[in-house]
Amino acid sequence: MADTHTKEIDEISGVETTGHEWDGLKELNNPLPRWWLYMTYACIVWAIGYWIVYPSWPLVSSYATGVLGDSQRANALAAYDAGMAERAQIGEKLINASLEEIQSTQSLLEFAMANGKAAFGDNCAACHGSGATGAIGYPNLQDDQWIWGGTLDDIHTTLQYGIRSGHDEARIGDMPAFGADELLSKEEIRQVANYVGEKAGLEPEEGIDLAAGETVYVDNCAACHGEDLKGMREVGAPNLLARNYLYGKSIDSIVAQVTDSRNGVMPAWSTRLEPATVKSLAVYVHALGGGE
Amino acid sequence: MAQAKAKYLTLEEGFFAAFLIVIAFACLIIAGKTYDQVMAFHTSLGALFAAVGAFIIFKNYFDDGGIEIPQEIDGKPNYNLGPIKFAAWAAMLWGVAGFTVGLIVALQLAYPVLNLDLPWTSFGRLRPLHTSAVIFAFGGNVLLGTSFYVVQRTSRARMPGRIAPWFVILGYNAFIVIAGTGYLLGATQSKEYAEPEWYADLWLTIVWVAYLLLFLGTIWKRKESHIYVANWFYLAFIITIAMLHIVNNLTIPVTIYGTKSYILWSGVQDAMVQWWYGHNAVGFFLTAGFLAIMYYFVPKRAERPVYSYRLSIVHFWALIFLYIWAGPHHLHYTALPQWASTLGATFSIILWMPSWGGMINGLMTLSGAWDKLRTDPVLRMMVVSIAFYGMSTFEGPLMSLRSVNSLSHYTDWTIGHVHSGALGWVGYISFGALYCLIPWLWNKKQVYSLRLVNWHFWISTIGIVLYICAMWVSGIMQGLMWRAYDKLGFLEYSFIETVEAMHPFYVIRAMGGALFVAGALIMVYNLWMTVRHGEAEEAKAIETGAMAPAQ
Repeated sequence: MADTHTKEIDEISGVETTGHEWDGLKELNNPLPRWWLYMTYACIVWAIGYWIVYPSWPLVSSYATGVLGDSQRANALAAYDAGMAERAQIGEKLINASLEEIQSTQSLLEFAMANGKAAFGDNCAACHGSGATGAIGYPNLQDDQWIWGGTLDDIHTTLQYGIRSGHDEARIGDMPAFGADELLSKEEIRQVANYVGEKAGLEPEEGIDLAAGETVYVDNCAACHGEDLKGMREVGAPNLLARNYLYGKSIDSIVAQVTDSRNGVMPAWSTRLEPATVKSLAVYVHALGGGE
Repeated sequence: MAQAKAKYLTLEEGFFAAFLIVIAFACLIIAGKTYDQVMAFHTSLGALFAAVGAFIIFKNYFDDGGIEIPQEIDGKPNYNLGPIKFAAWAAMLWGVAGFTVGLIVALQLAYPVLNLDLPWTSFGRLRPLHTSAVIFAFGGNVLLGTSFYVVQRTSRARMPGRIAPWFVILGYNAFIVIAGTGYLLGATQSKEYAEPEWYADLWLTIVWVAYLLLFLGTIWKRKESHIYVANWFYLAFIITIAMLHIVNNLTIPVTIYGTKSYILWSGVQDAMVQWWYGHNAVGFFLTAGFLAIMYYFVPKRAERPVYSYRLSIVHFWALIFLYIWAGPHHLHYTALPQWASTLGATFSIILWMPSWGGMINGLMTLSGAWDKLRTDPVLRMMVVSIAFYGMSTFEGPLMSLRSVNSLSHYTDWTIGHVHSGALGWVGYISFGALYCLIPWLWNKKQVYSLRLVNWHFWISTIGIVLYICAMWVSGIMQGLMWRAYDKLGFLEYSFIETVEAMHPFYVIRAMGGALFVAGALIMVYNLWMTVRHGEAEEAKAIETGAMAPAQ
């Protein structure tokens, strides 16, 4: 290994090189920039100060807690408890209040609407849409069509226990799968779908015996949806004369529903959210425009 | 200098041939017994790779084997450039692929329909494909190629071994193929930047140890009394990545016939090990490794001495000592104890100046050569990369502070920060190195077209600026929306509202990404034309086999 220590002065900067050379590369022997060095020291001093004040170094069976005794867990819990305590009082009032009381008490209404809006966005919007206008299979909450009822109490009950949620108190209505379970033939399904569709304002298909459809309806559907097709909220049978259908309003989608019968599920929110929040959601949804 | 053909394989050839044959058989056995389709595919691929490797070793032996490769020709080192050429082009291939996948995932975030409702093209699988392709495939090949080049030239010695350098380069790229196809097929250990499953990890460990030995062997053979600063950084990168990779991938496979494995660590310990790994993958892969590139290519291109030897020593040791402590700042306000997170944050602040030491040394090396920025877009690219390095190593410590982090964490700000480092620093220093390296390797005077380099520079600079500005705005807005409360203490915005608000910035980000991809394509064309049609360097250099850059 040839030692090639020949220090020289760089012409441009006038600084001495270290005398090393690799593949034509040399190094100047400039000192550390002062500002850089002082900034390094400053950062170290700041860090030491931080270690003194805040929890930092691990010890044998514990850790240096810092002179402030700061604890992020305690801080978070305290803030949470304070917030909850503030809410608890008004929340308690809300749970026991009737619709009229809520609507006439400004503080209760404001609280319920704010709480409801926040809870709706993070819990309900995923299915019902951020504007609560619903989607195929998920009811629109802005209109006045309610499958299980649209009073504050109805909405509250639906929210608390859900629909076909598995909760003991859940709302349960099971429409049979008339086609899949071979309760009706394909032709009968087509007939009844056209009969219902015609009543609901749809154009019936050519060459369908609507009278036969009516017979099928009376024998199979009227028990829940009613002779007048206006449905029955007690069993969650939708009004068939309504403007919009949950699974789409066309002859084909009626055929699909009668054949396979999709029974949608809504969770029981009482097992997930606090009572005051569930009540607030009821008030919020009721106020969206369709409440009864 | 014709010599008599040796009767036997060399020890090295014999070792690698035997090793590859064993691997091929092991793969075949697993392929035959596995119930796991991904495993069957990967072991078949492994058997094929290993068998082809063994075949090439024997073919070489029968064709021209036994003739010793001269260490020097006419008193000049006979550098081994073949594997470097391969790595350079692999880097470009994977780079364009990785940038393109990045563009696709950016578009998926703006327009979710582009997930195509297929598992293989969903965001969840393409995102790690993007990160691994750019970091490990593009960045990794740049690091392998440049390190082989730099360590040979600054040691004035040929790398040891005939098979080993090719084993490292090809074995590493085989790892990339296994890892990447695994992500698409759903094989992942779900650890960020460490997604490949146990068998890919094992293979990488073998390749990496070979890489370390090769690098050390070259330094051992060196004809210079001192070790050049770039080599310190390369060595720190290689050793630390080996340690990080092994500790963060201590998994137990469910069965050797399946892809699935379970990590030895659990809960918060696993999180801590993961981010000790993750942060130092940034520190030692994307920082130390690319600082090594800077320390060779910037002074070489600027034709100026390195600014300060002393600064290089001090910031090197400070950087490698401090970086390793900073990982906990990725886990503020989690189950990680507060003391660990505070400690990580304070070390991140102390790390600020050591990081900037590299920036100062890089930028000040240009003193006396600043005028070259006007005429040399390659040097300009490298200088801008150092500027981005300085910016992101300031932003990083800032974001590591707990109070800043409570706003920035989990938002797009982090993505913007990563990309100012990745596109600006890692991308540009790599492009600069490739623009230097390709003409040197193929013995050309200069790149095919400096005008095209200029186009690349400006198009991708606009792309980077669009990208990071969009992410700053989107990220800070997102963070502020998340923490906005109304006067009664309820959240002002639902999550979906914040997603909606980010949409325009996602579109701008994708535009920035598209510009970056376009720039990279210009580079590939330019360098391809350099190899095909570039003006040859004078004949002397060809004779010596030493592809010297213009002095």
